[in-house]
Amino acid sequence: MNRRMKDKSLISIDDYSKADIINTLDRAEDFERNPHQPLLEGKVIASLFFEPSTRTRLSFESAISRLGGKVIGFASKDSSSVQKGESLKDTIKTVNNYCDLIIMRHPLEGSARYASEVADVPVINAGDGANQHPTQTLLDLYSIRQTQGKLDDLNLFLVGDLKYGRTVHSLLMAMSNFNTTYHFVSPPELRVPEEYKMFLKEKKLKFHEHTDFTDIISDADIIYMTRIQRERFSDPMEYEKTKNSYVLRNSMLEGTKDNLRILHPLPRVNEIHDDVDENKKAYYFPQALNGVYTRMAIMSSILGL
Amino acid sequence: MADSSKPKLQVSAIRNGTVIDHVPAKHLFKVIAILGLDKITTQITFGTNLESKKLGHKAIIKLSEVFFKDEDINKIALIAPHAKLNIIKNFKVTEKSEVQVPEKIKGIAKCGNPNCITNNDHVNTAFYVLPKDKEKVALKCHYCEKITDPEDMEVF
Repeated sequence: MNRRMKDKSLISIDDYSKADIINTLDRAEDFERNPHQPLLEGKVIASLFFEPSTRTRLSFESAISRLGGKVIGFASKDSSSVQKGESLKDTIKTVNNYCDLIIMRHPLEGSARYASEVADVPVINAGDGANQHPTQTLLDLYSIRQTQGKLDDLNLFLVGDLKYGRTVHSLLMAMSNFNTTYHFVSPPELRVPEEYKMFLKEKKLKFHEHTDFTDIISDADIIYMTRIQRERFSDPMEYEKTKNSYVLRNSMLEGTKDNLRILHPLPRVNEIHDDVDENKKAYYFPQALNGVYTRMAIMSSILGL
Repeated sequence: MADSSKPKLQVSAIRNGTVIDHVPAKHLFKVIAILGLDKITTQITFGTNLESKKLGHKAIIKLSEVFFKDEDINKIALIAPHAKLNIIKNFKVTEKSEVQVPEKIKGIAKCGNPNCITNNDHVNTAFYVLPKDKEKVALKCHYCEKITDPEDMEVF
């Protein structure tokens, strides 16, 4: 057991050191081999989703059930007292009397950090606006290690909305622990923000920027696809021109490395063509399953079990 | 008799107190807000748009019977990184120092991100001060992790 992670909230991926990350992935691997471990028996976990989510909420709740714990909470703010105008602080102060751990998704950035300061029990951030979603990052890292057998020295291609995508930023930061070479593929309007490029330069890590998504993926180990959203474009015509330029098709995977795997945080719209699904390099559905093992590992470590 | 041809600063001397010099003129009113000078009842003299070789135009503040704690005065370093302090006792400068950029600041500025919890709920703001370059700093919100430029920051 990693004592450093016990009773500590997980709000941002920066809260975990490289050792904490490795420790979490090792535990997740153990849960994958042996998912029936009733470690959370007698524990009550609050699942507070102030905005809707399918994968994150269900995979947390599935992880809790598999570990023998009980879930209380709500799946949207409409079924909570927030509807009556209750502040976040009051909701958290009340709920923490009823549970051992709080899992929270909220549309406002910084809400999870604030909740962790108000609560007497640890808080796991399941997404705070466009800011952080650390459990997604950990399951992405788990999927990368599981498919590549390592995290070090990989060519990581990040494709799509690299400006606003929170999963992209957290993954970029976390992978900087492992001598990654980055390839950023995005329309000019949605490039990786300068602060992240500065961060990589300081860490002396290689990165390349591309606006064209053809003939560049032959040395990719991981392609991480993300959705390009219409509302991110100031000019709707620009979106119409761009939306089909960052679509991965099965034909593009010819000549790519055997170990290449395609990841996507999901939901996808059209950025991965259906014809990729049958290719053995498509890994986004097993990646979603890894969310269960990873979240089992995170909750057990935080509860010191 | 004093030499009348020599230009003199039109700001009177104080017996005891603090003189804050080398404040960029454009930030004088922010400095007043940060230090809460509008609530002070002793004599204060402000001079602004004074010529300065270093800053172009500077402001100076003379506060009678007011002495600051380091942690309070250092908050102005975000927008006045070259501000100099003179402690005056009995009309004489007894101590000179320069403001120091703090590592963390609490509750003086608004986060620039409208979607931050601090702009939507009753949460006090907190920032980490990151060095941007020699002359400038950036404020990273403790909550939403977004960067606010002190030049654009809104003071409470």
